[in-house]
Amino acid sequence: MSDTSSPDPDRTARNGEDAPHPVSGHRYPRGGAAFPPKDLVGISSLAPWQILYLLDEAEQYVALNRQRQKHVDTLAGLTIINAFFENSTRTLLSFEIAGKRLGADVVNMHAATSSVKKGETLIDTATTLNAMRADAIVIRHASSGAVQLIADKVACPVLNAGDGRHEHPTQALLDALTMRGWMRGRGQAEFAGLKVAICGDILHSRVARSNMLLLSALGAEIRVCAPPALMPHAVERMRVTPFTDFDAAIDGVDVVMMLRLQQERMAGPFIPSEREYRHLFGLTRERLRRAAPHALIMHPGPMNRGVEIDSDVADMVERSAITTQVEMGVAIRMACLDVLTRRARGVAGWENAA
Amino acid sequence: MKPAQPLYIANGRLLTGDGPPRDGALRCEGDRIVAVGDISPCEGDRIVNAKGRIVMPGLVDLGVFEIDKPAFHFGGITRAAVMPDQSPPLDYPARVRFAASYGKPDLWVHPICAATRALAGTELAEMALMKEAGARAVATGRRWIQDSGVMLRVLQYAAMLDLPVIAHAEDAALAGDAVATAGEMATRLGLSSAPSEAETLAIARDLALAEMSGAHLHFRQVTTAGGLTLVREAKRRGMRVTCGVTPAHFMLSDIAVADFRTFARLSPPLRTEDDRQAVRAALADGTIDVVASGHDPRGPEDKRLPFADAAPGMAGAETLLPLTLALVRDGVIDMGRACELLCRNPARILNVDAGMLAPGYEADIAIVDADRPWIVDSDRMAAQAGNTPFDKQPVQGRAIALFKGGTDVSH
Repeated sequence: MSDTSSPDPDRTARNGEDAPHPVSGHRYPRGGAAFPPKDLVGISSLAPWQILYLLDEAEQYVALNRQRQKHVDTLAGLTIINAFFENSTRTLLSFEIAGKRLGADVVNMHAATSSVKKGETLIDTATTLNAMRADAIVIRHASSGAVQLIADKVACPVLNAGDGRHEHPTQALLDALTMRGWMRGRGQAEFAGLKVAICGDILHSRVARSNMLLLSALGAEIRVCAPPALMPHAVERMRVTPFTDFDAAIDGVDVVMMLRLQQERMAGPFIPSEREYRHLFGLTRERLRRAAPHALIMHPGPMNRGVEIDSDVADMVERSAITTQVEMGVAIRMACLDVLTRRARGVAGWENAA
Repeated sequence: MKPAQPLYIANGRLLTGDGPPRDGALRCEGDRIVAVGDISPCEGDRIVNAKGRIVMPGLVDLGVFEIDKPAFHFGGITRAAVMPDQSPPLDYPARVRFAASYGKPDLWVHPICAATRALAGTELAEMALMKEAGARAVATGRRWIQDSGVMLRVLQYAAMLDLPVIAHAEDAALAGDAVATAGEMATRLGLSSAPSEAETLAIARDLALAEMSGAHLHFRQVTTAGGLTLVREAKRRGMRVTCGVTPAHFMLSDIAVADFRTFARLSPPLRTEDDRQAVRAALADGTIDVVASGHDPRGPEDKRLPFADAAPGMAGAETLLPLTLALVRDGVIDMGRACELLCRNPARILNVDAGMLAPGYEADIAIVDADRPWIVDSDRMAAQAGNTPFDKQPVQGRAIALFKGGTDVSH
């Protein structure tokens, strides 16, 4: 195992006081240079300060969403297409609400059930959406890399709402926003040395991939836990520590992030049964005691109650952040839509950038 | 169709398929080579001045998926052994006969017949009748035969007919729907992947069955360190086993699939850097017998798709020669061995009188400027499609004249 991937409680001490840290300062280049990419396809291409920029931009929308009047006209006159080639309820709804609260015209395209699956059609669909002069397109697709393929083909910004088992960047951003709010509430240093355990079907999870990339970029210590068949090869190269023993993985962590057991993506017999899965990898009240006493419980939803997470744990008011995650989801998606359309809207400082 | 005028190629660096290049000339009458070496032209010969360039046998490309004459001629290929994975598959004598005559006279196609009906891996195909119709080998196709009993019977039957069996070495159960080799790249991209042991397992089983049956077994591509070790040991034991590889697996590792580049989606998938180095070592030490193009042109409808949905394969005929010559420049192999890998060994496996410059052999001759620089450009290839992972890459070496059966077929 490489040095960088091992759990390192002395990280700060070893790096010294002067070592640069990604979360120090919160300074960004001026205007459009703060976020040059046309699209948001993945966390992998973002610098730490670009991640923080999106998080900071989302704060205003967290505040807005808590008001009675939740509507602004920032994106008035713009058309946003949510093209979902794979079923989704929560993410689609979250993006739709985000677009509407910003004043955009939001159109949903449900392509999941139709024959829109094979290639030419995908490129053709992209061309069609482009010809309709959408101002932003949000895409979910069952194949890894499909969103990049479309992003390269259309002129407007493309947001990845999940592509295969590759990335789900807005989920990782909303998780980070949730964690950051919680850390601020506790007066804690942000992300540096934060111990996070991600447990569940790591192999098939785009949520896990985006979270690993984002949290490691911000300096958190990440442990991933899964049965061997659901653990990707060489995962330690992504600066995480793999575990098969959930009790060891959860020991002393600040955040426990449970993943959904994605039965629909399991081609073969990956696990013997749900009850055996719960026996080894379910988050029970008893297991939770091994985590830090303040530990935060997260789940991207939808939950399989009684499988990866027990109901009484999921519903712990003081510990569970599961509903906060949903709330932050709308704010982060508003921020992403806002930032990515600034160039097209000619916001001051963004006109000639990129 | 025999050329009326005898051909005399003067001032060549002859790469005969036996040893390093040496100065000399070559004379052909009809479709055959009649004299090689320190000779003089006869009255009435058509004289071609090679001007000190390499004169070598036309390349024999063992295992292509498409008959693509312009691409083959560009690449100095005069004979191509075509895989049975056609539509419909080469599992029926009449189809084999048609394929065998398809490219004549300026390109000879050697059909490789299907080992099982419809390449389904269950029922034996009519191998004897297909041999009669021109099949030079038997192949499992793009896939492995999962049923060990069927594979054993294929090998026994082919051994009786003295046909080599060309196998695809990927354990089907382990490979599943994998599109990449298990490792960091597949993990980062979220691609379904199989460990390289899928190849090792398949090779181990097929070697055991071949040893029982006495068949000549040829693995079209061996791409992993583990697989090459097994082949090396089997050769040491004296087994009739040979293997090949395509340039992609000695030039590229799975880093090339970054950004979901579907032109680098191959079968077997690109491997780790350690495996790539093992392939180069196996080319150097003689474990690998053949370098082939695996030519498989695919248009945008097959390739401009999400990675996992794209078809595997690359258009490789044009880059086969320069990328093999790159091994010579890198000091991995010498020119003599390059000629064995590209010409002599594949001809031997197919049991045809070609792949060497020797009296009595077919006058399939390429004049090669081994240093000529050019740039691979997927938009301007001779092949039916430009799906090459080497797009925009500068290379060196190109056939500048090509003769099939003594007739000039240069474009």
